[in-house]
Amino acid sequence: MPSPNSPARPSHPAGGPYVEGLRCRECGRAYPAEALHVCEFCFGPLEVAYDYDAIAAVVTRESIAAGPPTIWRYAPLLPARSEGAVDLGAGWTPLVRADRLAAELGLGELWVKNDTMNPTGSFKDRVTSVALTKARELGFKVAACASTGNLANSVAAHAARAGMRSYVFIPHDLEQQKIVTTAVYGGNLIAIEGNYDDVNRLCAELASEQPTWAFVNVNVRTYYAEGSKTLAFEVAEQLGWRAPDHVVVPIASGSQLCKIHKGFKELHQVGLLDSEPSVRVSGAQALGCSPVATAFAEGHDFVRPVRPHTIAKSLAIGNPADGPYALDVVRTTGGSIGAVTDEEIVAGIRLLARTEGIFAETAGGVTIATLVKLAREGVVRPDERVVAYITGNGLKTLDAVAPECGPTATIKPTLEAFSAAVDIEDPQL
Amino acid sequence: MSVTIRIPTQLRTLTAGSGEVTAEGSTVGAVLKALDSAHPGIGERLFDESGKLRRFVNVFVADEDVRFMNGLDTEVVDGQTVSIIPAVAGG
Repeated sequence: MPSPNSPARPSHPAGGPYVEGLRCRECGRAYPAEALHVCEFCFGPLEVAYDYDAIAAVVTRESIAAGPPTIWRYAPLLPARSEGAVDLGAGWTPLVRADRLAAELGLGELWVKNDTMNPTGSFKDRVTSVALTKARELGFKVAACASTGNLANSVAAHAARAGMRSYVFIPHDLEQQKIVTTAVYGGNLIAIEGNYDDVNRLCAELASEQPTWAFVNVNVRTYYAEGSKTLAFEVAEQLGWRAPDHVVVPIASGSQLCKIHKGFKELHQVGLLDSEPSVRVSGAQALGCSPVATAFAEGHDFVRPVRPHTIAKSLAIGNPADGPYALDVVRTTGGSIGAVTDEEIVAGIRLLARTEGIFAETAGGVTIATLVKLAREGVVRPDERVVAYITGNGLKTLDAVAPECGPTATIKPTLEAFSAAVDIEDPQL
Repeated sequence: MSVTIRIPTQLRTLTAGSGEVTAEGSTVGAVLKALDSAHPGIGERLFDESGKLRRFVNVFVADEDVRFMNGLDTEVVDGQTVSIIPAVAGG
């Protein structure tokens, strides 16, 4: 064993400094830290196995505080080396105390994790930065992904930054904003005539045919998913190294929700949180694509695939890979899963914008609308320290709110016209 | 009925590296059973002890998830393609 104080661990040359290897979440079989994402024997997902004792020996609150204002401040808990990371500055986004929103919902200590502030406007920059850093470490020169839009932006941008070729696959009917904000980075953008699940299937097949491509959410998904743990790390650090009591997280594949839960647990495992956190984890889905919410409501431990029909396209995964695990996290932590209509999603976007000055994309509308619902039902309580994760920027899904958001008045440039059009005594204006 | 079966990387050690093989059968279940006879060991990777498809295995016939059809009883016709794809991907 090398000294636990040694920052580089030559015994694990292919992994991050503290990566021991990969392990199947279903059957426990061990694999080397290579570009593998499922178990050859049972097709279960592979998870990164860390040497937590070694991490605990080197990581402190002070060492983290001295790190960069990005996800890479938590490098010992990530599966890739931070030196030479593919980095646009993802992470360390604001955690905003949301008193005005809390007052409307009858809640107490409410916070919003504003992940709209990432380089390409969504939390996907966290996972992409980890995935492509790892991919480059493993020798890949081509980046690829299946995306509902946010990941497309992020992979195209990070690949450009890294000088990697990129192939980004999206459903053809994606929001125009997300198409433009991917294509601008110059990689290959392939629109598929089908929904996200069709795109995902194609990419899963392509990953077998193109083994020299790093599909961030297929063959390097094991590493990619770990990037979402930083959503928990940052919240705990920003709360003064305390865990929240309850978090509300959107569910697409379910990976992010599981990794946030794992992140809080790991902080305690390596001694960064004094007591074992007991964070209730609640999930948020759009009613038009709510396979996990349905399984939760019906008491199933499996998720029946659905065909999505919702304006929340970034969450429109009808066959969620981590659905069963997300169900497990929500159930064991005493959370719940809400499903909200498209109208409620738009109202949620507007409520957050009106009360806290944060413009979220449709996934954020799903989270806020679910928070509204769970607060009304008494599942999210006023005595809890609550964090709502807002994971994407509203500028990406303008069409969702455009019909309801326009000028208060359009007038000639005269005082008379202004007086005639606007009643400045009206408290509603 | 002779159909083409697309084999994912994870199973290619059992098909001598081949990404595509052919098998006979009139339903998805029969085709996969024939696949196991031709390439012993594939069956235990795809099915659990009770004979059901493992939860992280997706099977598609002509690009349609068999879960949206009749599962292992889904009928196949001559020349169709059956794809075995790991479910853990995306998101």
